[in-house]
Amino acid sequence: MSSVRILVGTRKGAFILRSDERRKDWTVDGPHFPGWEVYHITGTPSDPNRLYASQTSGWFGQVMQRSNDGGATWEAVNNEFAYKGDPGTHQWYDGTQHPWEFKRVWHLEPSPTDPDSVYAGVEDAALFHTADGGKSWTELAGLRDVKGSLWQPGGGGMCLHTIILSPDDPKRMYVAISAAGAFRTTDGGETWSSINRGLKSEFELPDADAEVGHCVHSIAMHPSRPETLFMQKHWDVMRSDNAGDLWHEVSGNLPSDFGFPIAVHAHEPETIYVVPILSDSYHYPPDGKLRVYRSRSGGNEWEALTQGLPQSDCYVNILRNAFAVDTLESCGIYFGTTGGQVYASADSGDTWAPIVRDLPPVLSIEAQVVP
Amino acid sequence: MIRVTLPTHLRTLAHITGVVEVEVDAPVTQRRIVDAIEAKYPMLRGTIRDSATQERRAFVRFFALDEDLSHESPDAEVPAEVANGSQVFRIIGAMAGG
Repeated sequence: MSSVRILVGTRKGAFILRSDERRKDWTVDGPHFPGWEVYHITGTPSDPNRLYASQTSGWFGQVMQRSNDGGATWEAVNNEFAYKGDPGTHQWYDGTQHPWEFKRVWHLEPSPTDPDSVYAGVEDAALFHTADGGKSWTELAGLRDVKGSLWQPGGGGMCLHTIILSPDDPKRMYVAISAAGAFRTTDGGETWSSINRGLKSEFELPDADAEVGHCVHSIAMHPSRPETLFMQKHWDVMRSDNAGDLWHEVSGNLPSDFGFPIAVHAHEPETIYVVPILSDSYHYPPDGKLRVYRSRSGGNEWEALTQGLPQSDCYVNILRNAFAVDTLESCGIYFGTTGGQVYASADSGDTWAPIVRDLPPVLSIEAQVVP
Repeated sequence: MIRVTLPTHLRTLAHITGVVEVEVDAPVTQRRIVDAIEAKYPMLRGTIRDSATQERRAFVRFFALDEDLSHESPDAEVPAEVANGSQVFRIIGAMAGG
């Protein structure tokens, strides 16, 4: 029987939640790296016991951790993320230019075939790669050539938070940056282009159709359809069927189209999930009801999933990396909240139950199926 | 032998307890003490001072002999009592909330 590991990054450490494939009874292991912010902890598809974690602190900076035994033990690996050349400056809140400064690693995306190959998305926004399991990190600096001087931090910082590797073409990648937008490479990261046509940010940008500057919160793709992308933007849920060349809105009947995460069902490429949040200034669910919304038509028509989720007096947020799906036959859906709850559904979102209720605020969730 | 204390989180990261002892050639400076600590415990590189700028992190402080030495030049000699090992060089996580 397979088992499931849920890797949870929080404001005060990492936790590993384990269950068998019934996903009813869970053990909670942690905190790992107690007291540190863990922006992301993830496993490698080609070796489920090889894990990586981004451990960071306002006092002591960035530490990178690697485990070769499924999280039982960890070793610190190289934590030096040096921008290539002179990184120059980017737009600052007051309209001036500000030097590029490394702050932390937001997201780790391991190769599907090589456990030593991992991409890292960082703040201030840039993409790094290791080919040696974290012993060294090299920037793919061509990304910053796409009008990097016009990028500016969002409320959470100028972070590269989404990395999607195209399964049909190892040279094609998508990344997303707040607040710069979405970008694509087709040559393995040497050169990049913006893929923001169709995004409209009339409340955030003076030019609603600007090439860069859009606050993309997350992007998701089903591996069987590498040219179909789903995006939760600051406002608006968007879809592209041509690898990001053009986006169109699929917010449809959502009670709010503001939110952070978006995800695709593991086996149904037209089934997608979002968690609406009232607005950018409230950052909690509408009406105090925690509702995951599912569309089985790739957007526009959405149904609220509420069974097992609090439907009164709930004012938590779900951050962009805190939502994941597993690949078991009955697809498991998981998310963590800023209130420290981790909810799980073993039936594609029809019913939910908390795995754990009182963790620190959850920053990230990953789901692993372990043979 | 220079005796150094580290904040709890860095002791945990380096898998150490108690006071750290490092050899530092004269003249003993803050920079040389941190160099020696990073050489002995590579996992601490970047946690006391920024890897890119080599400057002390904003919320890390250096204390000795009841004095805050954080704003001394990293190349200034530390007090003789630290250099001869009779007093501890304290690396502290600053009061910064959280």
